[in-house]
Formats: sequence, structure tokens, C-alpha cells
Amino acid sequence: MLQTKAIKSLIIALPVVTLMACSSGPSDAELEAERNRAAQEASQQAEESRAAEQARVKAESANQMQAAKDMMKKEREALESKQVVYFDFDRASVKSDFHAILDQHAAYLSKNPNQKVVIEGHCDSRGTPEYNIALGETRAQSVETYLLNAGVSSSQISVVSYGEEKPAVMGSSEYAFAQNRRGVIVYQ
Amino acid sequence: MKLARWCRLTTLLSVAAVSIVISAASHAKLEIVITEGVNSAKPIAIVPFKYEGQSSLPENLTEIVANDLRRSGKFNPIAFNQMPQFPSVDSEIDYKAWQTKGIDTVLVGSIVDMTGGQFQVSFELVDVLRAQVTGGQSKALQNGQLVMSPDHIVESREKIIRTEDFRQYGHIISDIVYEQLTGEKGAFLTRIAYVIVRDRENDPLPFQLVIADYDGANETRLLSSPEPLMSPNWSPDGNKLAYVSFENKRSQIYIQDIYTTRRTRMTDFPGINGAPAFSPDGKSLAMVLSKDGNPELYVMDIQSRQLRRITRNRAIDTEPSWTPDGKSLIFTSDRGGKPQIYRVNLASGGTKRITFDGEMNLGATIAPDNSKIVVVNRTDGNYHIATQDLTSGDMMVLTRTYLDESPSIAPNGSMIIYSTLHEGKQVLSLVSLDGRFKARLPVADGQVKSPSWSPFLL
Repeated sequence: MLQTKAIKSLIIALPVVTLMACSSGPSDAELEAERNRAAQEASQQAEESRAAEQARVKAESANQMQAAKDMMKKEREALESKQVVYFDFDRASVKSDFHAILDQHAAYLSKNPNQKVVIEGHCDSRGTPEYNIALGETRAQSVETYLLNAGVSSSQISVVSYGEEKPAVMGSSEYAFAQNRRGVIVYQ
Repeated sequence: MKLARWCRLTTLLSVAAVSIVISAASHAKLEIVITEGVNSAKPIAIVPFKYEGQSSLPENLTEIVANDLRRSGKFNPIAFNQMPQFPSVDSEIDYKAWQTKGIDTVLVGSIVDMTGGQFQVSFELVDVLRAQVTGGQSKALQNGQLVMSPDHIVESREKIIRTEDFRQYGHIISDIVYEQLTGEKGAFLTRIAYVIVRDRENDPLPFQLVIADYDGANETRLLSSPEPLMSPNWSPDGNKLAYVSFENKRSQIYIQDIYTTRRTRMTDFPGINGAPAFSPDGKSLAMVLSKDGNPELYVMDIQSRQLRRITRNRAIDTEPSWTPDGKSLIFTSDRGGKPQIYRVNLASGGTKRITFDGEMNLGATIAPDNSKIVVVNRTDGNYHIATQDLTSGDMMVLTRTYLDESPSIAPNGSMIIYSTLHEGKQVLSLVSLDGRFKARLPVADGQVKSPSWSPFLL
């Protein structure tokens, strides 16, 4: 601390000596004021440049986060457009066709451990409503198991079966049945 | 006395849901379409009751009785233009005229306006076959003396009823006629509970729990919800319904008093909370919970909420239904690969498979006389209502409709109500336990499912 003070006074003293050498010279009070002014200017400049630097860094970092958010949102939207996996009649095993989609969900959920999802299990209208509630839960659980095995935390997933109560497609065509036998990953 | 209780309950109910009844009345069209079984029904004459009075009658009493008897599948009330005369008391009946028409039984009666909203209703159920033999003048020994004994009059009653009691009293007359002629208690004064799913796109509360008289009259909404409602089941006293609601985005079991509308949430376990079924004594609730990993049967003591686990295996166990003695449950399980019906003794835990015919059997209930079970049977990919005799093991498919489910048996064991697909819509249908009589209930504004027939209400 003392050293710094000594250097500062030396820097201020040098121009004073020069001035004294080439003129009749200002008064002591004038010198004192000049010293104060220079010191103030210097510290103000340092403050301004520091603030400018800070503003620049801040702005950059905010932009970066927004970009990351946008990317995440896009990723999530992409996942939400592929949130359904379909099952065979009276079956609850996840077909290999849907492994790639589920892997994407798993990767996203692992990266975002605060993101929660509900996995809904659904059935076609054949069979009894109560049996279909049981079957729908088994379907939702097999999707859950797949995600857990792919590294998603169990705290991120909950499961609900709607059985045949919420068909995606009305009617009793094979197409409707196939569309209704499904597991849906719903982001919360 | 009994009528008074019924009427008090009905009044309470209509007070609780006045606006709803009015709005629902426009939907209700009470045309039940009988699709099969008129030929095997016994002809009977329900003669329009004679009316003495000024004020207009609230309901056509004889039409209510004729419709009830027709819908039982056991009687075929003849048309008015087929009637040889319109007597109102036994003494006016020309027995021979009816007999030549092939009619054995005639119901006659009269209604007298007592003013002040009160009506005196009298009726006689006459066995014209017997009357032909005795000439209506049979005599019997009584205290050592030969006295007139009109034994051809099977039943004779007189009662003062109020304007608002007409429909119910019509059903009571039907019950009396039915019991006298078949020896089996009538189930005309009963109700059904069911779920209607309105337009899920546009109706904010599309899932509705509804009760109606057994014939679809007096439809009353008990609950409307944005999320599914399932599995209504009556308490044995007919005052409450247990059901499943997803209103909190997961399944929970509720019990609701149908008169006070008071609801009690009974369960909120992780996973499935489903298929509630009141025990015959009304003290326990059988149910399905998957809180321990997969669907298992439990019995809950309603008072203490204490749970008892009944099944324990890796398969699906669901759809518990009590045996009439309350000592066992029958249920659906896929422990053998495909869903079939099993029976578990609650004391010993002993479990036995009871269905073997068809690819699948689901949703079983036992008939009140303990003689057979009613199931949803899948054979060659078709789902139909079937019965299996519990002694012989013989299975009989009763229906030919499409995607049949949720069968519920009338408390007298005569008829099954179930949900089926008709012209792309879920509707309710009736089939007699012998499979001869079939009828379709009126199509509602929405999908109608999960019917549950009430116990006897009188």
C-alpha cells in the first residue's frame, strides 16, 4: 500500500517539475488543484472502462443463455412432437421402432434433471374398462422402465393409466384401435 | 309407508338437481327398442284405467305398467284396439270375450281425483282362465260355512297417491303384477347409474356421472368433470355410489351420497385406484390398487379405512365382485396368460380358476341366486356378454352386439344391462339372463358407458 502511494506521488510530481522548469510557475494552490483534477480524471476513466468492460461481458453472457434456452426449447418441442409410442394388441412391450425416439427423450431428460414428465398409458376400446386401466398402466410402466434404463432419474417420471377412457381417435376401425394403443410422454 | 319413503327420496333428489333435471329432460327420449324376444312373451291385457275427475293426469299410469311388463321380456301387453271391451272392475269383465282373444290375465282399475293433488287408484289383477271355470262365483268353506271366494282375483289394491307419485306408483303396480304372475320379485322400481362422455373437444366438463330410473326416465346428473369418471357401483342400501374419478389427473376412489351430494375421497394411492365394489353388508369396499407395483385386489373397511391385501402375484388382478354371501370375490386375472375369471376365498385365500371357454373372460359378476356368473367373453376376437353355469360349467353367449362390456345384473336376476357399440356410438342395451329378450336403450347425446344396476330400492 505504501509503495503504491509513493509511486503515485512520483507520477504526479514529474510533470510538476517540468512545468516549473519552463515557466515562472503556478502557485502551490494551483498545483494542488491540478493534481486533484488529474487524479480524479484518471480514476473516472478507469471506472468507466471497467463499467464498459463489465457491460460488454454481461451482455454477451445474457445472449448466450437465451441461445441455450432457445436451443432447449427447440429440442423439447421436437421431442414433444414425437411424444407417442404405439403398442400391439394386448401387449405392453416397447417395440424396437420406438427405441430411437425414447433415447432422445432420455438424453434430454438426463441433461435437464429438473424436467418432469408424466407417462400416460392408453388402450383401444376392446376388453373391459377396468382391465384396460391395468393394461394401460403396464404400457406406461414399460416406457418408464426404458427411460430409467437409459439413465433418467426416477424422480423425473410419474405414470398414469387412462385405459380406454381417452381415445385419440374415435370409432372402432383397426386404424382407430392402433392409434389408441399408446404411451404418451407429457412434459410438465 | 314404503311408497312414502321412495317419494321422499325422489323429492330430495329433485330438489338437489332441479335445473339439471330440466336441462336433461330435453335429451331424454324414452323409446326403448326391443330387438328380440317379443314372440316368446306371454300376452296380457293392461286395460286403460277409468278416470273420474277434472284435473288432467300427470302421467299415463297404464302405459307405464304396460311398458314395464313389455320390457321384462316375459309379457306382451296387447294393443288397445285389440281389446274386446274396457272394463274398470272385475264385475264388468266379460271373461269369455278375453279368453277367445287368447288372454289369460287382465289388469283393470280406476283413478278418482280427490282434489288437492290427491288421487285414489284402485286396481284388480284378474285371472280370466280361472274365472271362466268358476264363473267368477267360486265358493270356499270358511268357519264351517260356504262363502263367496273370488279366487280368480289374483290381487286387488287401493291407494291414495299424490301427483308426483304417479311414475313410481306405476312401477309399483308393475312389480305387483310381475311378482304375482312369475313368482319372482319385480325390478321396476330400481335405478341405473352410468357415465356419459359428451363432446370432449367442446364441452369443458364432458365426463358425467348420471343416474336414471331403470327405464331411462328422470335422468339426473350427479357429477360433471373435465377428466374421466369410471366404474360406478351402488351401496346395498341404494343411497350411495362408489366410483373412480381422474379429476386430480390420477385415479382416486370416491363415495358419494346421491341425495345429499356429499362426497368422500376413499383412496389416493400412487398408481391405479380402481374398480370399487361394495360388499353385500355395505361395510367394506373391494378395490384394485397398484401401489405395490402391479394391480392387486384389496378390501377396505369403510369405517376405519383399514386395507387388507387379497392377491399377491406379478399378473394383473382386477374387477373384483362379491359373492352374495360376502365370503369370496370373483375377479379377472391374466396369471394364466390371458385374462380369465378366478374366485378367491377371503378367509382362506384359496384361489380357483372358474372360466376356461373362449380366448378371454373378463368383468364377471354372480347372479343374485348364486347359480351363474355373467362375463364378457371373447371368442374369435368378438366380445359378447355370456353366462356360465356355476354347477355344470356350461357357457352360453347371450348377445350378438359389438364390443360388449360392463354387464350389470338387475337385483332380481332377470336382466343384464351392458354397454355396446351401436352405429359407432356407445349405448346401453338389455339382455335377459336366458338370452331370449334383447332391447336397446335410447341413444343419448354422447357415449354412454359403465352401467350399474341399483339394488331393490323398496
